[in-house]
Amino acid sequence: MEAAAGGGCGSGPPLLLSEGEQQCYSELFARCAAAGAAGGGPGSGPPEAARAVPSAATAAAGPVADLFRASQLPAETLHQITELCGAKRVGYFGPTQFYIALKLIAAAQSGLPVRIESIKCELPLPRFLMSKTDAEIRFGNPTELHGTKVQIPYLITEKNTFKRMDDEDKQETQSPTMSPLASPPSSPPHYQRVPLSHAYGKLRSNTEQMHPAPYEARQPLVQPEGPSSGAPGTKPPRHQASLIRSFSVEREPQDNNSNYPDEPWRITEEQREYYVNQFRSLQPDPSSFISGSVAKNFFTKSKLSIPELSYIWELSDADCDGALTLPEFCAAFHLIVARKNGYPLPEGLPPTLQTEYLQAAFPKPKRECALFDSYSESMPANQQPRDLNRMEKLSVKDMADFPVPTQDVTSDDKQGLKSTVDEALPKDVSEDPATKSGLLPPPPALPPRPCPSQISHLRVNSKRSAQRRPPTQLPNYGDFRLQKQSEQAPEAEIHPQLNRAPSQAAESSPAKKDIPYSQPPSKPIRRKFRPENPATENQDTSTAVGGPATAAAVKPHAAVQKQSSKQKKAIQTAIRKNKEANAVLARLNSELQQQLKEVHQERIALENQLEQLRPVTVL
Amino acid sequence: MNYPLYIRSAPTENELKFHYMVHTSLDVVDEKISAMGKALVDQRELYLGLLYPTEDYKVYGYVTNSKVKFVMVVDSSNTALRDNEIRSMFRKLHNSYTDVMCNPFYNPGDRIQSRAFDSMVTSMMIQVC
Repeated sequence: MEAAAGGGCGSGPPLLLSEGEQQCYSELFARCAAAGAAGGGPGSGPPEAARAVPSAATAAAGPVADLFRASQLPAETLHQITELCGAKRVGYFGPTQFYIALKLIAAAQSGLPVRIESIKCELPLPRFLMSKTDAEIRFGNPTELHGTKVQIPYLITEKNTFKRMDDEDKQETQSPTMSPLASPPSSPPHYQRVPLSHAYGKLRSNTEQMHPAPYEARQPLVQPEGPSSGAPGTKPPRHQASLIRSFSVEREPQDNNSNYPDEPWRITEEQREYYVNQFRSLQPDPSSFISGSVAKNFFTKSKLSIPELSYIWELSDADCDGALTLPEFCAAFHLIVARKNGYPLPEGLPPTLQTEYLQAAFPKPKRECALFDSYSESMPANQQPRDLNRMEKLSVKDMADFPVPTQDVTSDDKQGLKSTVDEALPKDVSEDPATKSGLLPPPPALPPRPCPSQISHLRVNSKRSAQRRPPTQLPNYGDFRLQKQSEQAPEAEIHPQLNRAPSQAAESSPAKKDIPYSQPPSKPIRRKFRPENPATENQDTSTAVGGPATAAAVKPHAAVQKQSSKQKKAIQTAIRKNKEANAVLARLNSELQQQLKEVHQERIALENQLEQLRPVTVL
Repeated sequence: MNYPLYIRSAPTENELKFHYMVHTSLDVVDEKISAMGKALVDQRELYLGLLYPTEDYKVYGYVTNSKVKFVMVVDSSNTALRDNEIRSMFRKLHNSYTDVMCNPFYNPGDRIQSRAFDSMVTSMMIQVC
């Protein structure tokens, strides 16, 4: 059973484990196998038990699933891992599959993409957090039958996970045996961890519309009632589990740090500022409101689905007047950001998001809104170096950084804020890209696509913002525009995003850099390298929009100021180009319209002729 | 075009029968509103009253100024329901409907998926049944 130290089954790359890993993995494997064998016996004899028992060299699916869940990776990751390691293919978790899976878990936890290649690197040991004491706290006495029965609804999902029957009895005796795996962390995070499996299971097995009912159970808010609601509450939430993504890893630090029940719904000071600035961008007077259509356009950019946006609106527009005041807007924005980070939407507006609370908690800031330019424009610049180094999936992880008032994020933010305010230019850019963009030659300072209402500010403040753009690190404030861009940067060939670009371009003023995006996908790639390479500006005249992609020799951390002035020139060139392109297209359009009219008239004439010539049909 | 923006029945067995009744009653509603003629649109009351009684059920109608029709089917055995209450129920429905319309993400003509609306209807139905 412990034999598979180095060899794959021939289906994957050779698996090299260090000694420590070998030890750890074999221990885990033994546990899973033991638990499986133990659980298969007294179980009511479902097929999977029969499969698991005969061969001691396989780990039973039940404990393995528990283990994987304890790794706190999101459901899709676990899914991928399961597939990659080959367990699905062979139908069981043999030692090879198990070790590969553990290695992948370690990789995923370290932030690497889930690929076979990842396991070739040296990785730390995977981390699992589950404890017997925890299970006891939650469910009373797990060894008693009725106690463990309570866990069944939660554990149902691992059935779904491995495409097995929804048999509730198997898991009874297995979960308590998972205890020795790791240090016993505090109970609250795990109470939340368990309902995650709901979402995971339901994610796979149904397509119910999002229902936030279980959310209440999940919130730390309900911690005191947690154990009690765990029992009766499990069944209904099971049927009503929403289709959300499972929580990202970052939630754990949040849980440990927060003492407030509704922490995710609390708006921090920086978030508040950001929201206010965004509000101002849509509506200059902070004491007035944003009309419905304006807000709709704005929030639609977040790429959430319309029903979700509709629901968010319903929650946040307290007076149902079709317009959002500043507190309502902040609440809506906050909900959107939270939703993008994977939090299910609440049933009702949380108290910390209500109008009165927001008005009382945060007096309306009177700060000059020049900052918002730098927010919207510098964030993509700094976001890109970070995001380019991660896969698209993990860019969501970036977003997850935001609502969590953890140390790391806030320190980043404070740093960014400070630098913005002090206008200390080169410092952060040199640090940030240097630390984060070591791998790729990123185009960190791509002039972003500002939202339509900011284009005027772009022009006005282009000088100022060009300078401010690099250093500000206000990241991931759910600035969905930024995410769009950052997603585009690494994956500019994804058409849907580009298609959205033209639609955005259509609704904005002509002098926008969006128009280049409506051109063939390859262009944006070239485009993004443009600002870095001053030489390519001359080549701009030859190519429609972007310079050639040869600008890989980017030195983002050198001469930032020069860069920003180059960027300004680049922007202006781009603006000019876009105007020209626009004019050409407009002319073309009018010509085509003319042709269309003529053809129409011809058609009408022909139809008349036909009518006259047609013999009169009698009766 | 008469398609339902929202339909709900309790209890849920035999739902189809209620759907059918609602649909046929739309004709009656149309009759009533066209009977008034164009000039009287302003004077026309929104609440149409009892549309037609069958042996088991009573059907009430209400139409908004934008020609959105509300139809309510109640059990005949429920004699406690008076006209006032029906009126107030329709008024609540109308108010909730305008709240739904205020949502910029709602396209008129879509099915209504607002949770507030749902909960309002549920509470009303519970109250009556």
